Amino acid sequence: MATTSERVDITELTARLDRTWKTPKSLYGALSTVDHKTIGKRYLVTAFIFMLFAGLQAAAMRAQLARPDSTMISPEAYDQLFSMHGTTMIFWYASPILSGFSNYLVPLMIGSRDMAFPRLNAFSYWTFLLSGLLIYASVLNGTAPHGGWFAYVPYTSAQYSPGLNTDFYALALLFLTISTTVGAINFIVTIFKMRCPGMSVSRMPLFMWSTLTTSVVIVFAMPALTAALIFLELDRRFGTQFYDAVRGGSPLLWQHLFWVFGHPWVYVVILPATGMASMIIPTFCRRPIVGHVYVALATVSTGIFGFGVWAHHMFATGMPALSTMFFSAASMGVSIPSAVQIFAWLATIWSARRHVLATPMLFMLGFVCLFVIGGISGVMTASVPFDLQVHDTYFVVAHLHYVLVGINLFPVIAAFYYWLPKMTGRMLDEKLGKWNFWLMFVGANMAFFPMHILGLRGMPRRIYTYPAGMGWDTLNMIETVGAFVMAVGVLLFIINVLKSFRGGALAGNNPWGASSLEWLTSSPPPEYNFVTIPTVVGRDPLWDSHDERIGPAGELDSASPNPVRAATTREMSPDKVVGPKSVSVAELQPWRVLDVGRETLETTLLDGDPQAILRLPENTLWPLVLALALAAGFVSALFKQPVWAVIAGVVTLISIAGWLWPKSTAYPVRTART
Amino acid sequence: MSTSAYGHSEADLQHNAPLAPLGQVLSGSRAPGWWGMVWLCTTEGMLFASFLAAYFFLRGSVASFGAEGGRYVPLMRPLIMTLLLLGSSVTAWWGERGIRAGNVGRLKLGLALTFVLGVGFLLLQASEYGHRNVSWSTSAYDSLFITITGFHGVHVGVGLLMNLFVQVRAWLGHFDGERYEAVSNSVLYWHFVDGVWLTLLACLYLSPRLW
Repeated sequence: MATTSERVDITELTARLDRTWKTPKSLYGALSTVDHKTIGKRYLVTAFIFMLFAGLQAAAMRAQLARPDSTMISPEAYDQLFSMHGTTMIFWYASPILSGFSNYLVPLMIGSRDMAFPRLNAFSYWTFLLSGLLIYASVLNGTAPHGGWFAYVPYTSAQYSPGLNTDFYALALLFLTISTTVGAINFIVTIFKMRCPGMSVSRMPLFMWSTLTTSVVIVFAMPALTAALIFLELDRRFGTQFYDAVRGGSPLLWQHLFWVFGHPWVYVVILPATGMASMIIPTFCRRPIVGHVYVALATVSTGIFGFGVWAHHMFATGMPALSTMFFSAASMGVSIPSAVQIFAWLATIWSARRHVLATPMLFMLGFVCLFVIGGISGVMTASVPFDLQVHDTYFVVAHLHYVLVGINLFPVIAAFYYWLPKMTGRMLDEKLGKWNFWLMFVGANMAFFPMHILGLRGMPRRIYTYPAGMGWDTLNMIETVGAFVMAVGVLLFIINVLKSFRGGALAGNNPWGASSLEWLTSSPPPEYNFVTIPTVVGRDPLWDSHDERIGPAGELDSASPNPVRAATTREMSPDKVVGPKSVSVAELQPWRVLDVGRETLETTLLDGDPQAILRLPENTLWPLVLALALAAGFVSALFKQPVWAVIAGVVTLISIAGWLWPKSTAYPVRTART
Repeated sequence: MSTSAYGHSEADLQHNAPLAPLGQVLSGSRAPGWWGMVWLCTTEGMLFASFLAAYFFLRGSVASFGAEGGRYVPLMRPLIMTLLLLGSSVTAWWGERGIRAGNVGRLKLGLALTFVLGVGFLLLQASEYGHRNVSWSTSAYDSLFITITGFHGVHVGVGLLMNLFVQVRAWLGHFDGERYEAVSNSVLYWHFVDGVWLTLLACLYLSPRLW
């Protein structure tokens, strides 16, 4: 290592880092990359495509329900449509799209060069993709799941669902749980150990709190679904009696296990989105969020509360009165931490230094409105007598769509408008963005608000058609029109993204003048994220550093008075470095040059003090091979091919061993400098 | 000058902290790999917790569940299995302490003893299945008993494969007093599998005798 008086040539340093971290632009490079940014973008695109599939299924259902006594879709096809719509949206869109943002953003926001386990990250994406292909293979096979997204037994038992429909559901979902679980563990360890120096727990961005909470919830909740699915497949395939009331089992066991997983999962698909709100709203209010600590605490307590409310899905099953009272109270209680977050956002907006009504902020305002409506209908259904009245009606459909569209889809679109410029280097069109927002906002309310009234008027959910003269006709027509208006909004979003690729305005490092570390580096960031590992001294590092000046018109001037800061960021063109061409190592010390191979810094869990230098792995094919071997195993299980299953199992073990086998390294080993 | 919640001044962070000596992390509880294993064990522990929750839910709510059969399961075999597994945790711990002191021979011996005891556990478990001669389709109790203990057996098997992998690497000279991350992680997993067994013993074998 250089001594402190030596001077470091910045151009030479970035060239060396480029060589070390480069992923070749070839098929091998594409299949072997472990770059969290590439994986994050793949997650986003894949999950968005699954969302479009599920959206088309919704459009088909709404077209069927537009008029009474419609015969366009058969009852069996309708069952498959609503089952695939729910399963895809909940499992292959809502959570993975947030994983995509977390994958891309977590290392950048904490000033790291990658995730703690980059290869596991690649594996997590491949298993997500392959499990999604597996469940969509059921559509091609003509045996799509038809038991709803929560697949209650006995309807899904071998007796009443003899085909492969439910097996596709159970095995694809089991496959997906592997992806989700390893992804969650990766986020936890990354946020625990990879934060840059100075980023103590109290200084973590709120998006870290929500990703961390979500990941811990996944680790604790996912196994309940795994257990439920294992029992289901054993019952269906091997004659066990878990869910058979005749031989000592119980169908309610499925409901308990599913919802012990299922309700925490609701928070898994909304908490990261609330974290995004806590990042985006302050940026457009030009002030730090009100009540940072309380928002963090509310996030964590929502995650914990989420484990104590599952049986509110089961009020109609005849549980003991004491249980229903407990779960009713707990379900109302969970609205308290949600309200803390909502009021923190409202207070931030209220006390804004300046209101910047750009498209991400519009979507965030829409999100707050929809969250409040969905939250209130949630408190209503938490009340047992009311729930018994609206159970399995369109009121519940209205509630869950306000929650999922409001707290997942709207923040996700906001996040695309906000962070896509970081990923591609180009802005999205604001004018199209406003049309996009208003179409989606009006469409969503038209599509979902009348469902409350239909539910109160007694329209059951999951019916493929309804007779005329029930007083449901007009509202159903309004819903269908609303759904298509919303679809046009989504289409405008896609057009806007494609337009931005083809020539959107250049974004620069920090187009929104935001405060968190991902805006320190160039857009798009280099493979190694940061030339040197940053050090932070506050919660809003880019605002604390006072590098930028606000011009007379309120625009941000990125001319930097700090030579070291300038040396650690790069402008759009990779060969151009702003600032002095060389700086002394003493000046660079606080920002740490780590350039001996793929290195990043490990810090202590609470204080974020530097602890050790971590060597990150090179590109490798093992994650893909392992994912393919597992996919082969699940397909063999699906089609009852024990020989192939054994072969897949052996390949799985070999790939794990190959993955874990230490690489002979060409790097010099660093030793402690004293 | 701002001061952090933990009492560092800005000057501390920018000037003193970077001067602290830093090495590459190789092993021990600071390594990300160790944390990864902790969380893997946590989620696996929740899987067994879900299994046991199913067991107690059915036992408490379904009259025909059949757990009373568990009252007459002879305890001799599971208690011997417990001793084998507890002993194997001790030998694994002993081997890991050995490599921390740089003693590769002790690591190899500790791993080998652990392996033998683990195989003994699995053989006894297989003989118990044969001895009880039950099918898991008879009742929900039998389904649960065999699924839960069978899953635990699979975990013991995975632990044995990890043990073999680490043993091979030990013979190739991959470990010394500073590099033993794979050893620590596999031993941590082994202790976890051991802990799960103690829980299963209490819930499936002992608790039916109490109520």
